[in-house]
Amino acid sequence: MSSSLLKLDQVEAYIQKFHILQGVSFEVEKGGVTVLLGRNGAGKTTTLRTIMGLNQVGKGTITFNGENIGDLQTHQIANKGIGYVPEDQGVFGDLTVGENMRVAMKKEDEETTRRMEWVLELFPDLKKFWKKPGGALSGGQKQMLAIARAYVNENELLLIDEPSKGLAPIIVDKVTESIEQMKENTTILLVEQNFMMASKIGNQFFIIDDGKTVHKGQMEELKQDKVLMKKYLGIA
Amino acid sequence: MDLIISLTVNGLATGMLIFLLAAGLTLIFGLMSVLNFAHGGLFIWGAYTGVWSFQMTGSFIVGIIVAIITGLLLGLVTERLIIRPVYGNHIQQILITLGFMLVLQEFIKVVFGPDQKAVFPPEILQGSFLVGDIVLIKYRLFIIAVGLLIFIVSSFILKRTRVGLIVRAGVMNKEMVQSLGINIKLVFMLVFMVGAGLAALSGIMHAVYSGVIYAEMGLEFSILAFIVVVIGGMGSFSGSLFAAILVGLAQAFMAYYVPALSLAVNMLLMTVVLIFRPQGLFGKE
Ligand SMILES: Nc1ncnc2c1ncn2[C@@H]1O[C@H](COP(=O)(O)OP(=O)(O)O)[C@@H](O)[C@H]1O
Ligand SMILES: [Mg+2]
Repeated sequence: MSSSLLKLDQVEAYIQKFHILQGVSFEVEKGGVTVLLGRNGAGKTTTLRTIMGLNQVGKGTITFNGENIGDLQTHQIANKGIGYVPEDQGVFGDLTVGENMRVAMKKEDEETTRRMEWVLELFPDLKKFWKKPGGALSGGQKQMLAIARAYVNENELLLIDEPSKGLAPIIVDKVTESIEQMKENTTILLVEQNFMMASKIGNQFFIIDDGKTVHKGQMEELKQDKVLMKKYLGIA
Repeated sequence: MDLIISLTVNGLATGMLIFLLAAGLTLIFGLMSVLNFAHGGLFIWGAYTGVWSFQMTGSFIVGIIVAIITGLLLGLVTERLIIRPVYGNHIQQILITLGFMLVLQEFIKVVFGPDQKAVFPPEILQGSFLVGDIVLIKYRLFIIAVGLLIFIVSSFILKRTRVGLIVRAGVMNKEMVQSLGINIKLVFMLVFMVGAGLAALSGIMHAVYSGVIYAEMGLEFSILAFIVVVIGGMGSFSGSLFAAILVGLAQAFMAYYVPALSLAVNMLLMTVVLIFRPQGLFGKE
């Protein structure tokens, strides 16, 4: 038995008739941050969506805590303890910040309240704009709301898709810092193109290219490996 | 002046009845993009079962309750058997719900007979109030009051309760709602049932309003509801109230001043809205 929390084994997925994922395999161990890297269009978002059951698994298996979740429906997968922050954040624009949180909160027990307080301390803007519609928030605030919404329930794993996308550097720092704090007690699978951010908080990495996992290792090693970075990430 | 007030009351009453029918339609569409042409069938079943039990018991309240329960149950069955297999396929939805509409309509004739039936309001709602020179027909005021009450209660639920927030969130982003661990199919079933209940309520109230029921009135009246959903913006609850009142008033005034145009006016309204605001008055692009 391995200690992996999430395991994808030769996962394939189609979007309409396009064969998008053609063999994605990786394991996320309990604790820490696993980073999925790869160029635009490599299949990172599709991989997260497939884990969430938003795309069907064509072939292969996805196991979470030793249980096959590949055939479950999205809400069932979420209720196993996986929180999802999609690439477009998925903030409900007509609902206020507070209402967005309320939709997300599965329980109203002590633990949830405690997590809510913690996350509001982390993102004071959310508290400040509690009654503002989600659609009226800045990009950075939307990102914070999306992360807070995924964190507020007692999830074991958070899937976060390119949280730095389109944000000003100073906001990226803020988001980076918040993920660093969350990784203390939650396992995180992070898709990130911003190498600075990825290398700062990532422990292990996997590279996806053309819908297949092609490389894996420790983040520390990748920083040294200029050839690999250039080949798959286009970073010189 | 009294003519204008009286026409306005007529228009508001008709508008409220259309609203009750359109409210469910618009949420059903907004939440699951389901086009439900069987909605008028739920309306006539509400009308017939409601009127039947009203006439059997002599109690209008019992009639209303029976109509609503019929709507809820029929809504449950319709969602399970007719709608669920055709999620995501508009062509199939149109065909199967139109077909089911006709089945519901013909089945009315089997159960209750093919002839028109006369219906009278309960005694307490017969007659009118006289305010100055203005005659206010009691039953019309009753319809307006019920419509407003339903609007206020539903708005409260949609704005203040978690279930309501989930419904609105689902209209905006279904995938995200599911990703937060919510079974959207269950939410949809609930919305569908409530929508059907409101359609059935509209049916019994309309039956008493028009004084007559016949099987085809569901299809006729639901066309108005579809127009209202398009004008108000698919998925917009407030939009459906606004548009229903607009259509009700347009119809009432046209019927008096330019009777020849009274049917065309709603189509005309819809066309104008579609040209200038294709997403409807309250709809999001
Ligand atoms: N709805 C879709 N229809 C067709 N192709 C799609 C769709 N969504 C994504 N793709 C394709 O799938 C591939 C992987 O996309 P994605 O997972 O979003 O990549 P990444 O997140 O790594 O940038 C891309 O080539 C993209 O063009
Ligand atoms: Mg992506």
